[in-house]
Amino acid sequence: MDVKTHQFDVVVIGAGGAGMMAALYASRGAKTAVISKLYPTRSHTGTAQGGIGAALANLDEDHWEWHAFDTVKGGDYLTDQNAAETLAREAIDAVIELELMGLPFDRNPDGTISQRRFGGHTNNQTKKPVRRACHAADRTGHMILQTLYQNCIKEKVTFFDEYQAIDLITNNGKACGVAAVCIDDGEIHVFHAKAICFATGGWGRLWETTSNAHSLTGDGPALVWRAGLPLQDMEFFQFHPTGLYPVGLLITEAVRGEGGVLINDKGERFMERYAPTIKDLASRDVVARSIYLEVQAGRGIGGKRYVHLDVRPETVNRYLAEAGEDRRVDADYILSKLPDITDFCHTYLGIDPTKSPIPIQPTAHYGMGGIPTDLNAAVLSSGAGTVVPGLYAAGEVACVSVHGANRLGTNSLTDLIVFGRKAGKAMADYARQADFVPLPTNPAGKIIAEIERIRKSSGKTKPYMIRQEMQKVMMDHVSVFREAPGLQKALDTVRELKSRYQDDLAVDDRGMRFNTDLLEAWELGCMLDLAEITTLSAMERKESRGGHSREDYPKRDDVNFLVHTMAYPEKGGIRIAHDRAVDLSLGYQPAERVY
Amino acid sequence: MKVKFRIRRFNPEVDKKPYWGEYTLDNVEPTDRILELLHRVKWEQDGTLTLRRSCAHGVCGSDAVRINGVNKLACKVLVKTLDLKDGGQVQVEPILGLPVVKDLVVDFEPFFDHYRTVMPYFMPATPRPGDGRERRQSPEDRARFDDTTKCILCACCTTSCPSFWASGEYVGPAAIVNAHRFIFDSRDGATQERLNILSEESGVWRCRTIFNCTPACPREIEVTRAIGEVKLAIQRNGR
Ligand SMILES: Cc1cc2nc3c(=O)[nH]c(=O)nc-3n(C[C@H](O)[C@H](O)[C@H](O)COP(=O)(O)OP(=O)(O)OC[C@H]3O[C@@H](n4cnc5c(N)ncnc54)[C@H](O)[C@@H]3O)c2cc1C
Ligand code: SF4
Ligand code: SF4
Ligand code: FES
Repeated sequence: MDVKTHQFDVVVIGAGGAGMMAALYASRGAKTAVISKLYPTRSHTGTAQGGIGAALANLDEDHWEWHAFDTVKGGDYLTDQNAAETLAREAIDAVIELELMGLPFDRNPDGTISQRRFGGHTNNQTKKPVRRACHAADRTGHMILQTLYQNCIKEKVTFFDEYQAIDLITNNGKACGVAAVCIDDGEIHVFHAKAICFATGGWGRLWETTSNAHSLTGDGPALVWRAGLPLQDMEFFQFHPTGLYPVGLLITEAVRGEGGVLINDKGERFMERYAPTIKDLASRDVVARSIYLEVQAGRGIGGKRYVHLDVRPETVNRYLAEAGEDRRVDADYILSKLPDITDFCHTYLGIDPTKSPIPIQPTAHYGMGGIPTDLNAAVLSSGAGTVVPGLYAAGEVACVSVHGANRLGTNSLTDLIVFGRKAGKAMADYARQADFVPLPTNPAGKIIAEIERIRKSSGKTKPYMIRQEMQKVMMDHVSVFREAPGLQKALDTVRELKSRYQDDLAVDDRGMRFNTDLLEAWELGCMLDLAEITTLSAMERKESRGGHSREDYPKRDDVNFLVHTMAYPEKGGIRIAHDRAVDLSLGYQPAERVY
Repeated sequence: MKVKFRIRRFNPEVDKKPYWGEYTLDNVEPTDRILELLHRVKWEQDGTLTLRRSCAHGVCGSDAVRINGVNKLACKVLVKTLDLKDGGQVQVEPILGLPVVKDLVVDFEPFFDHYRTVMPYFMPATPRPGDGRERRQSPEDRARFDDTTKCILCACCTTSCPSFWASGEYVGPAAIVNAHRFIFDSRDGATQERLNILSEESGVWRCRTIFNCTPACPREIEVTRAIGEVKLAIQRNGR
């Protein structure tokens, strides 16, 4: 097969918030290209609803230190405190930069950026919720994605739209290129680069019920893994408490930020029991577990696997009055703050959320783990902090680790902008002083062989069968609650699916043009790799922390597990080590987490 | 229930011309989205069926197709909204006016080219505030262009527009919507340049106010109204 070769100083893989932010900065100092399997505006950042967190203090007293502390506590103390500091300090300037780029935030009467409450964001003195989430209605991510793409057009950033990265090319431990398939004609291209940044987003499609797009299949972490590099904290995958039942699509926490409450079959506002101080606005892991427990105790609505999210004005006002607050809401206010949520409820369930409660269930949402990086987005090859020259990662795919064991709402968008910008700057600097590392001979030989194997595969198992089985077993055993036997079952199943994927795959489309049958099958391979790593990482963490709840080890164990998990590829297998220390430089000592 | 799918197929590698493929699905629920059912056809019956999709809930703009002759996002159409009887038929074909790449996938380049011509980016009217903070904008000024900020560039409007079908030179409603988003932003200073671009041959005057675009928009943007406001701004020489 013919291979086309390109040369750029910097190549960014992914055109979501993190990728475009990195590209904007990199392209100011280096010849840069962005490769994306989706048109940039189709990226999942566009679906983010509720807001981007920054201590602007436009409405309430607020400080970056409070934001940093909330992030550490929210992450159940697995968050690296130097990373939380960077995030919280730089968030302020990053959000203002977005506004200066043209982002149409909602406004306060004085013309400043509007902010609202969000789970886990507090005034550290009173412990009460603080308005920190900067937003544009309930389509903040859409506005970020559009604004960044618009600025990329303005600054003439080079895009390779609908090119899918399928291999990371290294030479002697240094990153030197990416192999990608041009989806339109199926040709393989090699991008030779000094610096490469992964910004490929999440991998929620490992699970049956998810808020994530079909495209979120974890290609980035899989490529890095296959290049012989470790992945960090993969057992920490966030289940968002409020996914629409039964489809799983996300109902933003902003619904609760605006006053919505969770109600069980008996009409109880059950979060009062689990988190007496901030109730429905506790951290996501806490709320998701509470819902599970309610359902397990038979208090799901009509005994089913869901509860209600009630944002009807009369309900909201009743609880506002109970809390002694002056604020009152009406249906128009709810509509103006949550137009898209209203539309989702209408389209998918035929209900009006100002008139009926919304049925919700926890949904697989966000990967806290991923490709380990330092504070400048440089990828690490070990828990000791050794950097891989020329390799960077930013956004959801990266594990800085700023989110620790559980991410706070609005902190991902902040992460994209803060660390995307850092990656862009770092790559431009690196490209200025580094030379191109030569490509190995026949750089795409191995991946072409793998692609051709899939294209010609003529077994009996269609990719969707394997995918559905994987998604089900991950949902049953590697979701909100976990325990040893279930994890073992998941591991066995995933391994068996992997061997079927190798030996018995059936792909129908053997053509070159827009062969999504082939590419979906290839993506499934990535997901199977990540499912195995996630499950093994979960087995080896014998404690409960943040998004990882072990029924057989219900307590947090700071003596043995206040440390990051590193999964290393070794001899065709996986070695789990707990060898990356947690940074405690802000001095926040692990304390019991009460909300 | 049982549903029959009639899908416009074309693979330039093997087909001389497009044809209709027919597929029957059992166990269809009234709440199933057309996207899920297209996936079932692809996954269970014929892996060569090709379409674009990502978010599956109407916000990424990937899966605009013609369903029973009307432009829709496949992920936003539920079976129950189609008034089908058991065994009823759904027809799905690519959106019109853009070249077909394969099956339901069209070439979006001409669409994005038009978008890029209207300067779809912020050109600040004033320098950065000296205090290092955000530019201020009143809630009323912000509301002025709220509607057009919702656009997801799905092309449902442009590819339902008879003027666009008649001439691909026409920038089309989506590009005008995106120009509107900046023209009516009080912070922006490039109104006149954009109005000049849109008053050219390929610009707003090609719109004959046929109103196809507005009902086609899955984001419920008042497209024709936005175009009207831009026309008026051109006549007035400013917003
Ligand atoms: C429904 C929903 C609502 C959310 N709401 C919020 C919120 O209110 N606040 C908040 O902070 N966070 C929120 N999040 C989380 C946040 O939106 C995401 O974590 C974040 O947008 C991820 O951005 P990203 O830039 O890392 O990746 P994405 O935006 O997912 O982009 C990934 C990019 O990588 C590309 N790509 C992937 N694989 C390949 C490949 N093999 N080759 C080439 N390109 C590839 C894709 O084309 C895409 O351009 C939400 C998430 C969801 C799902
Ligand atoms: S109103 Fe104008 S843009 Fe819309 S469909 Fe009609 S001619 Fe096209
Ligand atoms: S205006 Fe509406 S229909 Fe047209 S591209 Fe934008 S979202 Fe799609
Ligand atoms: S798949 Fe995203 S809009 Fe339909």
